[in-house]
Amino acid sequence: MPRKIDESTTPSFARLRRLAADVFVSLRWLWRKTSEPVIEFCIKISGLAVVIFVFLIFLFLLRDSLSLFRHYPLRKFLFSTEWLPISEPPTFGVVPLLLGSVYVTAWAIVICVPLGVGSAMFIAEVAPKPLKHVLKSLVEILASIPSVVLGFLGIIWLGPVLRNTFGVPTGMCGLTGSLLLAFMALPTIISISEDALTGVPKTYREAAFGLGATRWQALWRIILPSASSGILAAVMLGIGRVVGETMVVLMVTGNAPVMPKSILQPLRTLTATIAGEMGETVGGSEHYFALFAVGIVLFAITFSVNFVADLFLRRARK
Amino acid sequence: MNGAKIRQHIAFSVLGVLTLLIVVPIMLVILYIVINGAGAISWEFLTAAPRNGMKAGGILPAIVGTVLLVIGTMLFSLPLGVLSAIYLVEYASDDLFTRMIKLSVVNLSGIPSIVYGLFGFTLFVLLLHLGTSILAGSLTLAIMSLPVIITASKEALESVPFSYREISLSLGATRWQTVRYCVLPYAIPGVLTGTVLSLSRAAGETAPILFTVAAFYLPRLPRSVFDQVMALPYHLYVISTQVPNIPLELSFATALVLIALVFLMNLVSIILRAHYRKKRLW
Amino acid sequence: MVSEPVIKTVDLNCFFGSLQVLKSVNIAIPHSEILGIIGPANSGKTTFLRALNRLNCLHRTYSQTGRILLDGCDIGKISDNLLRKKIGIIFALPQVLPVSIFGNVAYGPKVHGTTDKATVSRIVEEALKRAYLWEEVKDRLNEPAVQLSGGQQQRLCIARTLAVEPEVILYDEPCSGLDPISTAKVEDAMLKLKASYTQILVTNNTKQASRVSERCAFFLMGELVEIGPTKALFTNPKDKRTDDYITGRFG
Repeated sequence: MPRKIDESTTPSFARLRRLAADVFVSLRWLWRKTSEPVIEFCIKISGLAVVIFVFLIFLFLLRDSLSLFRHYPLRKFLFSTEWLPISEPPTFGVVPLLLGSVYVTAWAIVICVPLGVGSAMFIAEVAPKPLKHVLKSLVEILASIPSVVLGFLGIIWLGPVLRNTFGVPTGMCGLTGSLLLAFMALPTIISISEDALTGVPKTYREAAFGLGATRWQALWRIILPSASSGILAAVMLGIGRVVGETMVVLMVTGNAPVMPKSILQPLRTLTATIAGEMGETVGGSEHYFALFAVGIVLFAITFSVNFVADLFLRRARK
Repeated sequence: MNGAKIRQHIAFSVLGVLTLLIVVPIMLVILYIVINGAGAISWEFLTAAPRNGMKAGGILPAIVGTVLLVIGTMLFSLPLGVLSAIYLVEYASDDLFTRMIKLSVVNLSGIPSIVYGLFGFTLFVLLLHLGTSILAGSLTLAIMSLPVIITASKEALESVPFSYREISLSLGATRWQTVRYCVLPYAIPGVLTGTVLSLSRAAGETAPILFTVAAFYLPRLPRSVFDQVMALPYHLYVISTQVPNIPLELSFATALVLIALVFLMNLVSIILRAHYRKKRLW
Repeated sequence: MVSEPVIKTVDLNCFFGSLQVLKSVNIAIPHSEILGIIGPANSGKTTFLRALNRLNCLHRTYSQTGRILLDGCDIGKISDNLLRKKIGIIFALPQVLPVSIFGNVAYGPKVHGTTDKATVSRIVEEALKRAYLWEEVKDRLNEPAVQLSGGQQQRLCIARTLAVEPEVILYDEPCSGLDPISTAKVEDAMLKLKASYTQILVTNNTKQASRVSERCAFFLMGELVEIGPTKALFTNPKDKRTDDYITGRFG
């Protein structure tokens, strides 16, 4: 009968090694048991992060805007046609800024929608494959040009050109901004419209050809209308992009927060106001809070525009 | 040639002209900057600090600042963005919460850059007492970059064949093990491409860094993450609008360096995409 | 004494959304049995198989009522990953991971915590031998698994499953994409594995069922119509519907 090994006679070094091995194994077991739930927890929290950020942004804007309205009447902010932050007493009327944004955006959209949708049609339906790739790459290049560079070109080149062409006192006016903004919004409009056009089912096209239509007729009468939700979404996203643009308008639309009477005169947008005047305010002053109030108006506008665009995009995908 | 064909020719020509009206200015813009700025690009310009109130010397601190901001943005936005995408693709069920997350991603991508600047200023500079610093600027740019990274990562994860997950799960692996060994490694190319693209945009942004990090004349290089720093886009903005008598060549050169940096990053992203598309295993 | 069946389903009903795919299935499968499951398309055979290792739960609209017992224990009480370790599955089309042959087989042990290289190599070799693939691949273990032929890939899938030491192996029409020689090799492997594993084979091929299985179950439109020893089922089915299917009047 084999003799049982007596624990007490085992050399202590071997016992120590066994103990270390046990500790190591149980630590590894513990790590394996807990690391996965820990990682999964981090993943679930990350999912929440985006929601938290949107909420925080809105909250912070709201908080500092409301500080303005504790002393300054909301009606005056919303309806006064004067933005005079440094006069005594200061007037914070958002209307001139809002109108500035509206003017600049409207002109930009009028310019870039025909151009953008037209080239989207060209790229999607007319251009042969190699040309298509070249064009799409060029549009991507346009999308990557930083806005400050375009603003720089506006000051150096476009502004003087417009001044000479239209005989106005300064080239730093709304039209300069609109032209540059139209240029900047083009990639958005082109790529989303192009997606919408190529997403139209092949069967529609084939049906049209079967009925004897030319490519143009098929495009104009059948493909374009069926892609309309997507194209509308593209336009809305383009609007959102233009309304939210800061540097270009800050640099080229002049610096006049007054009620704009024509696109050829200096004006001010919501975005340029915040960017331009923030550096001059004192933290906690009325002016400071007023800029946050402008920020919330801006947030509300871009939020709604993007929301509607998303609805259209969802409809287009069905 | 019948009437319909004639109309088609006219229509297509109009479309072609419209396209040309867009494409030609793009090329002209690039050429314009290259021609006018290349002259001032010298080794000194790229590696020396500015002198004489920006009228001479180089823009090294601005280049360094932009690079540091890009690195900082990546450090914060990449992990968070990828983990969020993993949640959306691998763990989320089809409920209200998931829809809220997707809606938030869309909203975040539509927020104007200046609003991010305000937010970053209030949260990071003031509330968290980080001051105008590389840290505050990077965090602000990181939140701004999140939507692009999340969307690109989501697409990359979704493109990995479902069979890989099925095999892994049927062998008894847990969900995280499946993601880690059978999904994530094959999604990394797409994630990288999206990340580099989003970083190239962050490099060119001015509005978010206006109040959170940017300084104009800081001849020395930053010593810590709590320092202010020069940045190329902000630099270009200031010398175009607020500093008189700067030689025009220098402004063009700054614009050129900025565009070159952004294009280089875009090129890297395109090369990555093409490289991995060739190596694709499915 | 009748030993506890390995797998037992009690009144199992499976639904995808509001569509009922399996109705009130009661089956008990003893150790080391090879159970064949036959029936026309859409009769719920695959759903039944995948309910056993809870792969159906990957579908968002899936729900089930009734109980499934593994060794007497309700599988709802076992965690997903442990359950799938014990009940392995071979899919209809060979699906391999985009790694080497060795990597494919070693994946299972890796996720279950075996890190020692020597142990893993030994497990891989044994698994490949039991799947009758070792001789063909032993010199090229580091080559990509996708370069194997269909039949070899399917045996690789068997080896992969064997490497995690399951108790039960499920086969979901495993030879549907294979040529006769590969099919014969796979069936051969199944018969030789009988001693150590319980196997359930879903097949569209009644001849295959009669070659390989000891008992056979006939499913039709979600119902378990008849179950019994294979020879008896094929020569003298008790239900007319079984007879119609086997003789080819429909299918």
